[in-house]
Amino acid sequence: MSHLGIVYALLGAALAVFLAGAGSAIGVGIAGQAASGVVSEDPSKFAKVLIMQLLPGTQGIYGLLVGFITLSKIGLLGGGMLELTPQQGLLVLAACLPIGIVGLISGKSQGKTSAAAIGIVAKKPEQFGKAMLFPAMVETYAILALLISILAVTNLQF
Amino acid sequence: MSSTKYTYAVARIRALEIALFDASVIEQLLACSTEQQCIQLLQEKGWGDADTPAKAEAILDREQEKAWETIRDLHVDMSVFDVFSYPNLFHNLKAAVKEACTSQNGRNRKIYYEDTNISPDEMLDIIRSKEFSRLPEYMASAAKEAYETLLHTGDGQLCDVIVDKAALEAVYHAGERATDSIIRDYAESMVAIADIKIAVRSQKTAKTIEFMKRAMAPCKSLNVERLAKAACSSMEAIVDYLAGTVYAEGAAAIAESSSAFERWCDNRMMRTMQPQKYESFSVGPLVAYLLARENEIKTVRIILSGKQNGFSEEAIRERVREMYV
Repeated sequence: MSHLGIVYALLGAALAVFLAGAGSAIGVGIAGQAASGVVSEDPSKFAKVLIMQLLPGTQGIYGLLVGFITLSKIGLLGGGMLELTPQQGLLVLAACLPIGIVGLISGKSQGKTSAAAIGIVAKKPEQFGKAMLFPAMVETYAILALLISILAVTNLQF
Repeated sequence: MSSTKYTYAVARIRALEIALFDASVIEQLLACSTEQQCIQLLQEKGWGDADTPAKAEAILDREQEKAWETIRDLHVDMSVFDVFSYPNLFHNLKAAVKEACTSQNGRNRKIYYEDTNISPDEMLDIIRSKEFSRLPEYMASAAKEAYETLLHTGDGQLCDVIVDKAALEAVYHAGERATDSIIRDYAESMVAIADIKIAVRSQKTAKTIEFMKRAMAPCKSLNVERLAKAACSSMEAIVDYLAGTVYAEGAAAIAESSSAFERWCDNRMMRTMQPQKYESFSVGPLVAYLLARENEIKTVRIILSGKQNGFSEEAIRERVREMYV
């Protein structure tokens, strides 16, 4: 029972990486299908649609970042792991949830928006800049969640 | 993830839509002084293949084939497109029934569509051997009835009516089974417009109400009984009846001329498809692309035959359809 606190904290780090990573994988997958459709007819648009496809990939990076910070916070990376109570462990878990949950949902949504924006690039490549703004809007909410997760994890006092 | 199963196909269609003819290309075709100039322009736009003869029919047939090749190449569930392949399949049935009743051997290749689920050879073999059960359920009884009718009465028109009605019913039922609303709407619209065309032609040729009832397929947006009765009465009665339906604009087109009505039917379909330009994840853009290609090929055919027969630019323009893009 003495390790329950650290188990909760690790679970938080794992969820941040797993959920946000899954969101990005789904999103990049959806956008990748659309990108393949366009490139199969017009390979000259490869660079533009590749950028669109990569947009939903950031959530996974945010999840990874929060995971690292969490592991560092609990001392798992630098040695000398902290002794956490279950309550403290749950606090770390709660701090990791924003980027995990928002990363999953926004990753998928951003993938769908990217796929739709790839449709714009397919028909009007000169509108690439405007097309990129639509999926970029979804990014805002992943960044907000990232901020809260980082602030929460780094400001927890043990 | 099922909501994104058409993502690849739709994106590919978006890239292909660039090559669809818009109004300016149609204007260029209209401005050509001869059919040959039109064909040259079409070839410059990539119509036909390198080995396609520079003849209107050869180029148009090749483009029709290309449209279906594109759809098949998208690797989507082709059963969604059954509703669009039935007219050609039933046309082949009509051709096979007539050929089986008039000749014992060989096949006249020119009267069949080659690119169908049941090949023309197989279709003819089924009809000649009277093994109607080898046909799909929606065709079997109509094929048997049409064959026996033609054999016993020699009435080719009645044979056509039987097969055409079966085709309309097959389209309608395929639409009812479809999960995508665009297919349902298309089937409903196609059957209703076919019924209106039957009513108009029957009125002009003074057909009986029994003939019309035999030819018309029921649908939700029209009451075929009332339409047939109106057609028995007068053209104005048809227009009056349609004025109270969703086909009110079509009624005005009927009053104008039959070519205006045909144009209205195609334009209505293209307008119905316009929202599909903004869809990214449904089968709608694929359906819209296929219909847009067919509309484009039909319009080019009208222009080419107009040029071939020395029609004035204005006379051709009257018949030109609205483009999807």
